[in-house]
Order: sequence, then structure tokens, then C-alpha cells
Amino acid sequence: MTSTALQADAAPATGLKTMKLLTPTGHLGFTPIEPDSFWRGVAHNPDAIVADSGSCDIGPHPLGADEAASPRTWQEHDLELILRASRRLGVPMIIGSASDTGTDRGVREFAAIIRELSRKYRLPRFRMASIYSSQDLEALKRRVQGGAWTQGLDGRPPLTIEDLEQTDNAVAVMGAEPILEALRRGADVIIAGRACDPAIFAAPLLEAGYGRAIAYFAGKLLECASFCAEPFAGKESILGTVDETGIVLEPMSGYQRCTPASVAGHAMYERASPLREFLPGGYVDMSECVYEAVDERRTRVRGPRWVAAARYTVKLEGAGKVGERALMIVGIRDPNTIALLDEAIAWSQRKVRERFGGEQYQVYYHVYGRNGVMGDLEPIKEIRSHEVCVVVEGVAPTRAEAMELTNLAGRNFMYARLPGLKGTAGAAAFMSDEVLPARAAYRWTLNHIIEVEDPLELFRMEFEEVG
Amino acid sequence: MVRLGDVTSTVRSKNAGPDCITFDIIFKDADVYERVKASGALTPERICQLYGIHPERLVHFTAFDPAQAFKFTIRRVRPSGSPGETDVMGSQMYAPLLDLELPATVLPQSTPAA
Repeated sequence: MTSTALQADAAPATGLKTMKLLTPTGHLGFTPIEPDSFWRGVAHNPDAIVADSGSCDIGPHPLGADEAASPRTWQEHDLELILRASRRLGVPMIIGSASDTGTDRGVREFAAIIRELSRKYRLPRFRMASIYSSQDLEALKRRVQGGAWTQGLDGRPPLTIEDLEQTDNAVAVMGAEPILEALRRGADVIIAGRACDPAIFAAPLLEAGYGRAIAYFAGKLLECASFCAEPFAGKESILGTVDETGIVLEPMSGYQRCTPASVAGHAMYERASPLREFLPGGYVDMSECVYEAVDERRTRVRGPRWVAAARYTVKLEGAGKVGERALMIVGIRDPNTIALLDEAIAWSQRKVRERFGGEQYQVYYHVYGRNGVMGDLEPIKEIRSHEVCVVVEGVAPTRAEAMELTNLAGRNFMYARLPGLKGTAGAAAFMSDEVLPARAAYRWTLNHIIEVEDPLELFRMEFEEVG
Repeated sequence: MVRLGDVTSTVRSKNAGPDCITFDIIFKDADVYERVKASGALTPERICQLYGIHPERLVHFTAFDPAQAFKFTIRRVRPSGSPGETDVMGSQMYAPLLDLELPATVLPQSTPAA
């Protein structure tokens, strides 16, 4: 571990400054922040304004193709609110996983927006740190060839050269250390690449002297903003106040409440286990946490423990292109065809195989009205609807082949040779006789952890004076 | 019988990373939650049966007292958003839980069973 590693994990916090963290959104730019509760939060004089802007929930396409999933105008809207408020208060602004993917593209785009906003509002000079987390795939291959310890998550085998060869873009997911380093080096605005959601909140708390347990746990509770309050609402601001006794959560909107039930309910959100939050270097053990009401609108949580891991590991996310993709929408109303739907699909598959052989050609039949939403997890096996929609999804190496493949698979519902068919002018209805070009198909190729010696070594940091 | 949907305030599903979908079942009433826990009506076996999955795909199943909730996690067959995906965020996979039947005894005696 280098000098940037953390020293005081388990040290009981005494005489520490009470820290107030304001967070307006669980995914900056995804839909616009609600300004009223945000400005109410700003009036509480927070010590930092923190927001995550990324997610792997949006699927592998944005990372694989390195594209934003959010409109730039919404990103600008959210960044503008936070930048103006944080500069007015003179407190750090920390944004994690810039522009959905946290790739270098996202960091550069957000940094450019900050510079534009600074000019537009003639903001006094401030220091901005950009922290990059995109990974050079050749460098990762050298690490794997050099025997780096890796582990696949969720049942995947350890990282292989083949996994990396199938990857178009990869990011490493930073812990709090690079962000803490940027704060220590005087950054007022931090635009971070891919970061663990709790890490962006933990960094200012670690800088104030708090241990990893409360720092990361506070981040865990705050990272989705108003999702920890009731009634359900997104994009409303939450204030988290951390002191030696724990963290108090308070909604900034007038109609929400943070109750022990709503906060505990959120503590288990989007994680496989409700008791452990895994981070670089260890995990937060939440099994002894106590959730208690401070009053009608606020809840205090105490009791998280930090459990250090034997290795300091960083998570890698990667996505790779599978092929080009097209869609076709097919409607079926004939009860005979619905009853024989599997035969109709088999007919379509047979016609596809006659022209397109090999696993690079894939066709999927999404049958809405049967199991279009849940696929194999659907417990209701029989069709109960008088009509069904089949969305045909075709994947092939080139756009032209994907369009042809999908057209062939879709149109053959028209010609399916089914016993008892009376409608001999066509066994299917097309909303429109067209194939819809779709985004390319990508796949999550990396969901692994890799051991590093220094928490900073997979990340690069740049500082600049803005304004 | 009581439907799970009738005694819960939240039943949801969502991705937990690209390879898993996690389910949260949060009860309205602490007493009902405790009775369900004690009844053995909500078990890993029952979840596997409902979703028609091999027990190996159910990677977590636990009661979580602070939220008066049950939580379980299913491993996906292929990562979220791969070709053929039906629910990229895993956010509609909870629906069959709503109709899961629980014994009427999970309701407090003062409340007549529906």
C-alpha cells in the first residue's frame, strides 16, 4: 500500500467534525433533478454535494459502444445545479461514474460541461480534478499473463485473455482512494470515472477523519438519493448528517419521510445480500446496524462494521460487441396459430437455418402474451390472450445480414404451414411490413475483480484551474 | 389463504450487477412478517418451484429483520442486456410473487382472513 492508502480504519472517531452530505439524484442526467428540494438542501449548508451518474443497469451497450445513455441537456441541467450551488457554498462537488459509463469519454464530456458552465456564469476560479478509469485492454492482458490474481463475480471463472479479446471497452471501478487523493490535493470539483457508488460519498468523510465503516455505509444509504425515503420518488434531494453516533437521513422534499423501514428497505436495494456491501479492500458488515427514528421525518442508523479483505481488489466491467441487430414486430390473432405458436416459430427457425448457418447468426422470438417479459422464469406457461405479439430479434455480423435475417424470420410467420390453417392469405399480421434497424448487440464480458498493489494504480488523475 | 401481494408494502426485483436479479419482499406489518417467518411458507424451495429454477441459481435467500423483509437473488442465464434480453433491469420479475399463497394463520387473529 502506498502513502495514499488509508491508515485509520478501525480507529474510533472522536472529536470529528459533523459532516453534512447533500445528494440530489441516484443517476445524474438519467432524468432531471427536482430543483425545489435541491435548493432546500443547499440551504442546510452541506459540506459536500455528491452525485453518482452511472449504472450497469442500463445494459452493456453504452459501455461497449462508449455512448451516453442520458441526453446531454439533462446532464447539463443537473451539473449546472450542483456546480452553482457548490461554488456558492465553497464546498466540494463530487460526481462519480460520469455520463453513465464512467469511461474517459464521459469524464471528458462532463469536464467540458463544467468549463462551459464556469464561463457562462463567470464563476470564480476553482480547481477541477478529472479521474480516468478506462482500461487499456493490452495492459490488462499483460497483467493476466503476468499472473495477476483475479476472480470472476457471480459464478464467472477467473479473468482470461479470451474474455479481454472479446471486450471493446473496459473500466475499473474505483474505491474512495482516488477521490480522497483529489480532495487532499485541493480539488473543488471532482469528475470521476467509474466509481463504486458509496465511494464518492465516503471520500469526503474519510478526509474528515471518519473510518471506512461509517464512510462507506453512509455512501451506501445515500447513493440513490430519495429512494431511501417514502413515498417512492426519484430525483428528490436527501441530506445525510454524519457524526460519531452514526448517520441521520433527512428528505429535502416536503412530502417524503425517511423512516427506519424506508431506510432499511433501501439498505438492501440492488445488492445480492442485505448484510454485506462489498468494496475495494473489504466489505461493510451491516448485520448489526440499528435503524431508529429521530422524529417523523428523520432516521438515524448506527452500527456498521468494516471487515478488511486479504487482498485489495478492484472490479473490472467490460462489454464487447456480439453483432449487428434488427427487430421485426409480428402480430397473431388466429386462435389456431396461437395454439400452434411453437410450430410457427419452428417453421421460421427452419427457414432461417436454410439460409443462415453458424452461431454468428442468432434469432430470438419474444412472445408478448406468453413470456415476452419473463422468458423462462415465467410460471404461467399457457397463453391466456386472444392475441400475441412476437418481436423477432436478429443478430448477425453485418447490418445488411441482420436486416435480412430478421426479415426472413419475421415474414415466415406469414407462411407458416400449420395444420388446420384457414387463413391461407397469411398466418400473421404485420403492424408494418418493415424491419427496424436496432442498436448493435453487446454483452457483458467482464464482471471480475483483480488484485492491485496500490488503490490508485488503475486510475489516472488530472488537475486544472477553471474560471 | 392470503396472497403475498395483500400483506406487503413493496415487492420488487432489480439487477444486482450484470449477472443477478435480486428480489425484495417488504411486509406492511411487523407481526405478519414474524408470522410468515415462523410459518415456513416462504422458503428457497418454494421460490425455486415458483420460478421453475434449479436451486443452484438461487444464490441468496434471507430474512432481513430491520426492513421486515425477505430477500433473495437469482443468477441470470446470460448477462443482462445480451441478445435475447427480455428485461434489461430485471425490474418486472417480481410479478409472480404477488399471487403466492400464504396460510391464513399469518394474519393476526383479530383480523379476519380475507
